[in-house]
Amino acid sequence: MTGSLNMIGYGLAAVGPGIGIGLIFAAYINGVARQPEAQSRLQSIAILGFALAEALAIIGIALAFVL
Amino acid sequence: MTIAGSLVRTAEGEGFVAPGPSSFDLPPAFSVGGLDVTKPMLLLVVAAVVVFWFFYAASRQRAMVPGKLQYAGESMYASVRNGLGRDIIGSKDFMPFVPYLVALFFFLLVNNWFGSIPFIQFPTFSRASMAYALAGLSWVIYNYVGIRRHGFAGYLKLQTVPGGVTGPILALIVPLEFFSNLIVRPITLALRLFANMFAGHILALLFATGGEYLLIHGAILIKPVGILAWVLAIAIAFLELLVQFLQAYVFTLLNAMYISGALAEEH
Repeated sequence: MTGSLNMIGYGLAAVGPGIGIGLIFAAYINGVARQPEAQSRLQSIAILGFALAEALAIIGIALAFVL
Repeated sequence: MTIAGSLVRTAEGEGFVAPGPSSFDLPPAFSVGGLDVTKPMLLLVVAAVVVFWFFYAASRQRAMVPGKLQYAGESMYASVRNGLGRDIIGSKDFMPFVPYLVALFFFLLVNNWFGSIPFIQFPTFSRASMAYALAGLSWVIYNYVGIRRHGFAGYLKLQTVPGGVTGPILALIVPLEFFSNLIVRPITLALRLFANMFAGHILALLFATGGEYLLIHGAILIKPVGILAWVLAIAIAFLELLVQFLQAYVFTLLNAMYISGALAEEH
């Protein structure tokens, strides 16, 4: 069995952003359920938060290949 | 290495070469006077032409009662203008930036979707240099408009000194904000786009080549797994369509937010 430990590390590192993105969309869904008319405002905020949390996973995969 | 993979390996004796960063180093399509022209360079030009042609064709008639093409063009333009320009930058300042944002969004969208269109299947921004160039453009724009609005010192103060912070903590905050707002920003902007396209393309490559390997070199009971891998590759291609759209949106959204942050009044 051969392979790179980097990828295991990356798998572990991806847990954090995964949880973070889940929390962001949970909050977004909650917000829209409570106040449907706020959806357009919440959407860009949710997607922004998603992009920022996702950046961690993305930096992780870049580093997993580079290091 | 999965169980299936090791079974294949013992059956065949030679390993499966997983796709990696080297899968993105395409041979040049042709050379012009010593300059090698590669596929992503061609795709970049094709995308620019497609976007220009579409909006030119949609806006050529400019009828009072829009036809189908004009309607499509206008609603696409309006979605970026209102959803990204007006809502983020604010109704006072957004108009000068609408051409940039609209062009950026659709240019990115076409380039990203190249990753999923059959026979093209190469997202242009999976080459990091392309993404860095766009992020550099964005960096120049938001700094330029900020400096023009506030003057150099005022702009520097706006970007590095958060409102309501006084005293010795400033010594800690100011370098941090400077680093984060003026140096790291374009890098994360580019890395986000690049790595999403890169990872998506590697995923598709992995399922496609892995499926082929299982199908051709696998033991007889393993072969159906290869078919399953191909089915999953198609499912992932559809997921990628969504991710590619989202990345174009996020890149443009962040551009708009940076511009709005540079134009903001003192807080």
